[in-house]
Formats: sequence, structure tokens, C-alpha cells
Amino acid sequence: MTGVFPVEAAEVMPAIEVVAPGLLTLVEDLGRQGWAHLGVPRAGAADVRSLRLANRLVGNPEGAAALEVTLHGPRLRFPQGGWVAACGAQVDVAVDGRPASAQVAVPVRAGAVLEVGRVRAGLRCYVAVRGGIAVPPVLGSRSTDTVGGLGPGVLHAGDLLPVGDQVVGPVWQEPVPGLALPAEPVLRVVPGPRDDWFAAPALGVLTGTAWEVTAASDRTGLRLAGPALPRAGPHRELASEGMVPGALQVPPDGRPILFLANAPTTGGYPVIGVVVAADLPLAGQLSPGHRVRFTRCPPPFERSG
Amino acid sequence: MTRVADPDRPVAADPPVSALPARPVGDTAFVVDVRDLATVHRLHAAVRAAVTAGRVPAVVDVVPAYRSVLVVVDPARTGVEAVADAVRRLPLPDTAAAQGRTVEVPVVYDGPDLPEVCARTGLPVDEVIARHAAPAYLVAFLGFAPGFPYLVGLDPALHVPRRATPRTRVPAGAVGLGGDQTGVYPRDSPGGWQLIGHTDTVLFDPLRSPPALLAPGDRLRFVAVR
Repeated sequence: MTGVFPVEAAEVMPAIEVVAPGLLTLVEDLGRQGWAHLGVPRAGAADVRSLRLANRLVGNPEGAAALEVTLHGPRLRFPQGGWVAACGAQVDVAVDGRPASAQVAVPVRAGAVLEVGRVRAGLRCYVAVRGGIAVPPVLGSRSTDTVGGLGPGVLHAGDLLPVGDQVVGPVWQEPVPGLALPAEPVLRVVPGPRDDWFAAPALGVLTGTAWEVTAASDRTGLRLAGPALPRAGPHRELASEGMVPGALQVPPDGRPILFLANAPTTGGYPVIGVVVAADLPLAGQLSPGHRVRFTRCPPPFERSG
Repeated sequence: MTRVADPDRPVAADPPVSALPARPVGDTAFVVDVRDLATVHRLHAAVRAAVTAGRVPAVVDVVPAYRSVLVVVDPARTGVEAVADAVRRLPLPDTAAAQGRTVEVPVVYDGPDLPEVCARTGLPVDEVIARHAAPAYLVAFLGFAPGFPYLVGLDPALHVPRRATPRTRVPAGAVGLGGDQTGVYPRDSPGGWQLIGHTDTVLFDPLRSPPALLAPGDRLRFVAVR
């Protein structure tokens, strides 16, 4: 990511130095909207609830850009100091080697190093910095789109992250509850739009199975292992159509893919059901080996054909 | 009798969108299924115009595809049912009003797979080029990657299978054939199409306005420059 923003900008703005990048650390906000008809994915945080929470703790607008940490966090030096908050997956946080708390705003004095350690429960932790990460927005968002190649890209050692001044309130001094991640979370699914492409038992198989998240999962989607969801009738090809995060797309092998934040804008396999928006943040916290269940949820309106 | 044009009043011949089937897509989107691509583009134009004019609130994305239009709603602002109702009350503009521009893309036909395409089609190189550059391809929709057009109109004589082994890296601007599809790779990526040429035309640049060279409903013409 080195060099994606002008050096002058980093000189006039406070900046954070990336000492060690962590396993996969990305700048994410609420994503790009309004460009899907040009093939631009939404991207943005995989767990928007934890992103919003971390931002509120440090007095940022809920949709400010923050760092999405996956499995193992970065080491960051704060030459000018600041306030940070880590929310989402359970992690150890330390400032200059002294343990600090997650799920609460933490002061970082000038020159100190914040270390975000290994994730102990969940998958992704959001580290918000008071003022927001101020990389230049691309098409209205600072998010890294790992599929479309937009935004600043994966963090590397030596990167300078500019910090903005977009605060809307004071630092919130109380801790907030941590992520509640059941062993088998149950996500609500609205059937369709292409449930009629499947044999009658398919929806029952979908909701009656504890699906296992496989290692071939990422920000685009969770590939799920379990019984095949049978198609109705002879094989036919769906004309490619618009996709959304939350869609359970079923390729010919019958194993569903649950699309997450970096879902493509279109896809060519039928969608048997779509996870409701409020349950998607939990899906963004599921790592390989975790199990997940689905339950039917009434549609927002009755289909007309 | 004089007829006064009223832009807000549907012309009698236009069927309302309510005649088209709509299905929920989760709790924040819905899809309207239509019969053909011309209607996709008319509906896309109608929804986009209504959103721009403020007649349909809270729509964040409208995604046309081959036979459907997906409408994505901001659930913080309104319920998806209200938006579906508003969209399904829209009149469809006539086909002419929904027509896009014609964009020319210069191509140097020097792709590494030209000999294989000639062998598979039984056509000489000049004929492959002539047939590829002849149509005004319809941009059905964009997807797969930012700015990537799904084009309709490839000459059936140029339908060739994808490469048995995809290339691990195809450079941005490569022009290829695969099945009944032809197109331009918008960025460096792996790919299995038969490459017949390349263009310097940039299909997608996030710093440009609009960022994509093409929009759904546009026409694209490849122009041979060699």
C-alpha cells in the first residue's frame, strides 16, 4: 500500500506507522454503494456491527474507515498518540507491552506502539482510531475491495496510515459487551429468489443441517460443507443475475456459498435464500471449522410471480 | 385534438412494471424478472430516472442482468416493500428512450490464440477479424469485475471453447473469445478465454467520471487498427 496517498498528505496529517502488518489487515468502512451496475462490489467491513461499535467508542461517525484485522493483528506506532478501540473478535491488546482492554476506548500516548495479538474467538477484529483512517476515498469509500482491486490494499510494514479529524462526539469511556458467538449460530434466511430451482426437500436440508465453514472461505463468501442441496428437474443454466451479500448461492455440486461483504455484483448460480442483513455481521465472524445453521424467516413482502 | 405531453403521465401503451413479477432478495432487496434484455434496459432506465428524480426513495443500487433487475434498498431509510411498491408503479419508458451510446474500442488483432481460433473456426485471420469487428455489440450488463461488459452479438462462427488450461495471468486490455462471449479483460487477472488481440482503451478507472467506459444498454464496436 506504500505510496498510494501523497507524502505531503501524510506530513500535514497525523499518521500511524505500520510496524508489522498482521496476517491480513485491511482498511474498511461501510463499503461502496451506488456502483454495482458497473460491476463494483460493495466491499466494506465483513462485520459492520463491530465496525460501528469501535467507531462509536472513539467518537467517530459509525461508518468511518477503520482497520479490519483477521486472525492476527498488526503492530502500529502512533507518533502523535491518539485513542483507539478494538471490537469484534476476541483479541489481546497491548500498548507498549502493557496489556490493555478490548471493547473500550484506550488512550495511546505519543510514540507508543499498539499491538493487536492473535484472535482467540471469532475471526475479525475492528480497530478504530479517533478521527478515522483517512486514506483517499475511491468511489465514495475507503474500503479495500479484495476482488475488484479498489482501495488501498493489504497493509504492509512501513505503510503510513493518515488519521483524519472526522469526529462527531467525545470518546466513550465505558466498555461495551464483547462479541457473543455461539458454537452453532443460527442465521435467519428469507427463501428465494430462486428456491423454485431446487427440489422440494432442499429448503428443509438447508435449515436442518449444521453446516461447516470450510477453509476455502474469505471476505467474498463462506463455502459450506454439508449435504448437497438437490436441484429440481433436469440441469439448466441460470441467466446471470444481480447478487447481494447474504445470498446463499448454490453451484452445481449443491454446496451453498454464503456471500459476505466482498460478494460479486452478479452471479450465475441460483440463490436458494438470503440471510437477513442483521445476521450478516455474525457470519463475518465465522472461521473455518465453525458450524452454522439457518432458519426460515418470513419474506418482507409476498412475491408476485 | 391537441395532445399535451406530460412527462409524469404514463403513455397508455406502456405496461406498468406491476405487471412484472417481483421477488424479495433477503430483507433489503428485490428482483424484478423480465422477458428480454430490451425490457431489462427500459426498467433499469425507469428505476434510475425515478431514483434520480427523488420519486423512489432509499434505493442504493440498481443492478441489471440478462433477464432481471435487482433493486437494493437502504433498510435504515425505508422498508423494501415500500420501494417495491413504488418501483412497480413506474411506467416503462419506450425502447428508444432507454438506448445507450455507441462506443468504439480500437483493437490490435495480435492475440497469441489467433492461430488456434483460425484452426477451430476454419476461417482465415482476416475473416476472424472482420467478423469480430462487424457487430455493434449490445452491453447487456456489467459484472465479474469493475467495468467488465457482458456483450451480446458475437458471430456464431466465432463461438470457440475456452482454453483447456486457463492462463494464470491475462493482461488488462486483452480481447478474447470464450463460448458465445467476447470481451476485454479490465485488469490483469487469470483467464481462460482465447486471446485474439488487445486494446489500450481503459474500461475502468475509478478516478474518471463515470468510472466505467460502458454502461448497460450501450453499444460497443471493435475497430481493427492493424
